[in-house]
Amino acid sequence: MSAKKKAADAAIVPVNGASAPARARVQKAYKNYVGGAFVRSESGRYFQVKDVAGDEPGLVENIALSSRKDGRDAVKAAHAAGAGWAGKTAYNRGQILYRLGEVMEARRAELASEIERGLGLARQEARDEVATSVDRVISFAGWADKYQSLLASSNPVAGPHFNFSVPEPMGVVAIVAPRRPSLLGLVSAILPVIVSGNTCVVLASEDDPRTAVTFCECLATSDLPGGVVNVLTGKVKEVAPHLARHMEVLALDLWLDDAELLKELETLAVATVKRVKKHAVAGIDFGDERLAGLASLTPFLETKTFWHPMGM
Amino acid sequence: MTMQKTPRTKAQITPRPDAARPAGPALEFGDAWTYAPAPEARDHVKLKSRYDLFVDGRWQPAKKYFPTISPSTEEKLAEVAEASPEDVDRAVSAARRAYERVWSKMKPGERGKYIYRIARRIQEKSRELAVVESLDGGKPIKESRDVDVPISAAHFFYYAGWADKLAYAFPGAGARPLGVAGQVIPWNFPLLMAAWKIAPALACGNTVVLKPAETTPLTALLLAQICEEIDLPPGVVNIVTGAGATGSALVSHPGVDKVAFTGSTAVGKRIQQALAGTSKRLTLELGGKAANIVFADAALDQAVEGIISGIFFNQGHVCCAGSRLLVEESVHDLVVKKLRDRMMTLRVGDPLDKNTDVGAINSRMQLDKIKELVAAGEREGAERFSTPCALPQKGFWFSPTIFTGVTLSHRIAREESFGPVLSILTFRTPEEAIEKANNTFYGLSAGIWTDKGAKLFWLASRLKAGVVWGNTYNKFDPTSPFGGYKESGFGREGGRAGLAPYLEIDG
Repeated sequence: MSAKKKAADAAIVPVNGASAPARARVQKAYKNYVGGAFVRSESGRYFQVKDVAGDEPGLVENIALSSRKDGRDAVKAAHAAGAGWAGKTAYNRGQILYRLGEVMEARRAELASEIERGLGLARQEARDEVATSVDRVISFAGWADKYQSLLASSNPVAGPHFNFSVPEPMGVVAIVAPRRPSLLGLVSAILPVIVSGNTCVVLASEDDPRTAVTFCECLATSDLPGGVVNVLTGKVKEVAPHLARHMEVLALDLWLDDAELLKELETLAVATVKRVKKHAVAGIDFGDERLAGLASLTPFLETKTFWHPMGM
Repeated sequence: MTMQKTPRTKAQITPRPDAARPAGPALEFGDAWTYAPAPEARDHVKLKSRYDLFVDGRWQPAKKYFPTISPSTEEKLAEVAEASPEDVDRAVSAARRAYERVWSKMKPGERGKYIYRIARRIQEKSRELAVVESLDGGKPIKESRDVDVPISAAHFFYYAGWADKLAYAFPGAGARPLGVAGQVIPWNFPLLMAAWKIAPALACGNTVVLKPAETTPLTALLLAQICEEIDLPPGVVNIVTGAGATGSALVSHPGVDKVAFTGSTAVGKRIQQALAGTSKRLTLELGGKAANIVFADAALDQAVEGIISGIFFNQGHVCCAGSRLLVEESVHDLVVKKLRDRMMTLRVGDPLDKNTDVGAINSRMQLDKIKELVAAGEREGAERFSTPCALPQKGFWFSPTIFTGVTLSHRIAREESFGPVLSILTFRTPEEAIEKANNTFYGLSAGIWTDKGAKLFWLASRLKAGVVWGNTYNKFDPTSPFGGYKESGFGREGGRAGLAPYLEIDG
């Protein structure tokens, strides 16, 4: 950058005693990501988050405060995307998720700056989290066409029957993402759910919703079909109970330490016998590669067993 | 030519009066199918007049006892202890001690040998167990003898061998037992369900407290005797008899680490509710309303056999019963005719008779539920056909029944009847069959009958059901995972998958 240009950038034009930069930064509206589109909350409500670090500390931005109806719309989108996503070949799902890793890699700086200003992480710490998150996505992408061979079985029944069991996706999973880490926690929650063909509705970290929305921009440009991942910002306590009682949600994936809320959600899950996976977030080392282990996929898989007679 | 010399045609053959099987024109075999009674002897079975609780390796008395009766005669078979919350507490404590001091410390191969011993004893006592199962539960002896008891033994035999191979079941991941398993089982397959629950739990290094159903406690108590005979360390298996209150005390006991339940979806939900907010692990194997889908290209006579076994096996007291027949419209009338003809040959009666096809309904309460749902089917406009067979005066009985003209909104198409009641619906395209089959809160099982392999797999992959039988129905095996989608519960029993619910698996 030339010294002349630098001087121009730094030029301050005084107005009534206040000052403004020569170029006003274009600010971004942060919206929910539903059905492959960025949409405002139908409620028209918002809450505010403040930059705690980075280039513009103190900057306040408005975030969609999602409602029950937003939750229902998101479930509808996830449900609609289900057959198409589960119906893709495992190879294709793997390629799309690998593509997500590629897109994230290219946007590492942006993602890191979101985490930095949202949660006040040191710059290097935020960059490290993004790097680990990209690597985690790549790791999960590789599972797409491999877990089946590890979990399926040919069963030697005592009779003239051909018998085998295969893992299948469940359908729509509602995820309450960890508050922190806002990106690594988010990918560690979403990827094991969708890699097998499930679709999901995710309640983003309340502490740092902007990182989640920027992550959605990666999803939107990664060839992932719209509706496979739907991300809502807002208050978990407000929206999660509606997802927990929604009849088209098959499972809950709860990265939560709030015992009272956990019990409420588990209780609501009973009405449709939802599968509930609980993660005690406080005790989790998100850098641990075992978070991308086979056991991360299994809570969102059903086993289907097929019998057929053998004989002439 | 005189009348005497006229050869008798089939129509002129007068069947011998047979109370159990009224004559019908459809499948008429003349005198050939008249059966003399062939009851299995029960004189070698010595039931005690009163059974205590099996806790900590000993028989311990309870404050209260209740009778268990034979549903086919209403005779009292024995008195059985009703475990109080204090009794349950003692059993859980015994299981905890046995877990910490003995069972979790034992070399896995040694654990396996005890489980093998149980398998062998069940085989040795198979006749006794089959007779008691049929007496206490009302199921035909040919089923208890050929299905329940041998598969129970097979289940212990299968999981015994897993005990020292758990590291191979989940390679690369640590697998540890959970602790004390509280298990509650239903009355439709009393011994078999005890085997499904106990065998994998023990193989994985857990100890158990098992509560059998209140109407069918006897074979679980005979299994307790077997545990005693084989010197299973005290407290590894505890059997507490009782009704709902006992089960509730067991699943809510804070000393229980894992709950496994097989039974109705309503009770399963109550258990899931009771466990909300706790760290207990849970598996549920609940109700079903399985679609049995018959295509016009199927081998129809075989399909009819599959429909029959799908719904009338064990009086329809089967969670995976094929209780919704979806038949391709073009063959509806033909299939229904064949089905009615075949139903006329079913022999309903004495469960101990070796020729009996359909035994007694398990309890008066269940009979009332079936009658209520069937009455609703009639009220809602479906057309009922029940075989006009004579039923015994005493005991609880219900004739094999089908409904035609059923729509998806009918209660008989939506609710589990858990009895010998089949609802028949039609479809025109495979897509419609899938749509109708999956249009239920349940998702335990399904059947497909077609001659086309590609179509079979296409359907199998789209059915939301844990077990799919192609050109067969109601087959079970310890190596084959069993369990449901959706409101039919979660977790699998059988096979390698059946180990996971009893292990903590890292990574």
